[in-house]
Amino acid sequence: MTRINVKVDGVDHTDEVEPRMLLVHYLREQVGRTGTVVGCDTSNCGACTVHLDGRSVKSCNVLAVQADGHEVTTIEGIADGDRLHAMQQAFHDCHALQCGYCTPGMIMQSIDLLNDNPNPSEDEIRHGLEGNLCRCTGYHNIVKAVQQAAGAGVGGGGGR
Amino acid sequence: MRPFVYERATDVADALDRAGDGAVFLAGGTNLVDHLRLGVRSAERLVDITRIGLDEVEELPGGGLRVGALVRNSDLAAHPALRRGFPVVAQALLAGASGQLRNMATTGGNLLQRTRCVYFQDVTMPCTKRDPGSGCSALEGYAAGNAIFETSPRCMAVHPSDLCVALVALDAVVRTTGPAGDREIPMTELYRRAEDGPETDTHLVPGELITHVDLPPLAPGTRSAYRKVRERASYAFALVSVAAALDVVDGRVRDARLGFGGVCHRPFRARRAEEALVGGPADAAAFAAAIDAELAHARPGRDNAAKVPILRNTALAVLAGLADEGARS
Repeated sequence: MTRINVKVDGVDHTDEVEPRMLLVHYLREQVGRTGTVVGCDTSNCGACTVHLDGRSVKSCNVLAVQADGHEVTTIEGIADGDRLHAMQQAFHDCHALQCGYCTPGMIMQSIDLLNDNPNPSEDEIRHGLEGNLCRCTGYHNIVKAVQQAAGAGVGGGGGR
Repeated sequence: MRPFVYERATDVADALDRAGDGAVFLAGGTNLVDHLRLGVRSAERLVDITRIGLDEVEELPGGGLRVGALVRNSDLAAHPALRRGFPVVAQALLAGASGQLRNMATTGGNLLQRTRCVYFQDVTMPCTKRDPGSGCSALEGYAAGNAIFETSPRCMAVHPSDLCVALVALDAVVRTTGPAGDREIPMTELYRRAEDGPETDTHLVPGELITHVDLPPLAPGTRSAYRKVRERASYAFALVSVAAALDVVDGRVRDARLGFGGVCHRPFRARRAEEALVGGPADAAAFAAAIDAELAHARPGRDNAAKVPILRNTALAVLAGLADEGARS
């Protein structure tokens, strides 16, 4: 077992983990952050996307020990109390989901995308979400939601 | 996943001390963690090298760049000096993987990623690269992704990297340190041909650590670009890809660099085409003759013959684009 210190959604956690434990399993099973889901478990679908020190990663592709000393933000850590993050609100407003399973990862990657490029074109949004698969193929409204969030200033831009 | 011991190196010397005895260096882990999970490989110990430095991009006198082995793919792709001087490298990086993986994946790790041949990744199938001596399932199986250059019945896999195709074209140099001291290895000599024994991808020795990748400067006015063709518009490995740099003066080619991806066991440098290009006119007929000189050495099989015309069309489009770009400036 290896002792790790990870700040998850603003709260410090110290835990003993097996080195082979994936970050997504640590978040769900040890920290209880089940908002982050396991989709494909093969680092393809992006449903498990979280932020590691503010940048998106696939948490099924990272070992919990790699996050030691770092900060993890999950879908459960971006709202301000009852007030949704602007990206969550945009997904809600645009009905950017069908079954909802890919949504946590889509939202976390969309925030990363706008942090990199605050005013993306539609094509840039689609490419920026290339590592997130929606099995319902509901991409159209997801793109609209990211456009709305960009317009609302997520990532520091003013929209196009 | 089989259990392993996790260690963290504090600096380069400590990393080298911890090598050996079944240890594997862990950087971003985007490929290694998948392989540990799939059972494609196992490790007694993982030595995490992400906290030993080597994470900066240094501008060298004369216009070259020295890239630390632990610079993340996303940071390198966004680096202003790289985007200015080596657009082919930035484009190649952004053509690979997805945003999440580029945030984790490192420069050195990208060089050492393994093939995505379906048989290499399927532990129930024979694969000599994974299980030496077990043969090549891709010879008579699903073969559409197989190599067409330097082919060998020992292994038909292709190298998966986009970045490496750009690096071989630009004569990048890999700097390493290890049990036998420091080495500088040209990218074009880092990788083994399939016929040399596909069990090992590179000429690195056990315990040797990549510290930097040096990009030598290109002549002022040189244009460069990377284009990748895949079975869907994004998020897939290359069917074929082309990295090119072209220096055209008064309508004639002064220097040409060409790398091909998705077609060979190693990132492929198209030297025959380069030789045919240099000194000739920068026009469509000369480009076609040069690419055909290279493609004459392609050995496609039953299921991957389409790679030849796709590669031809892609290379010609990239060269024409670079020549146009130069003419307009």
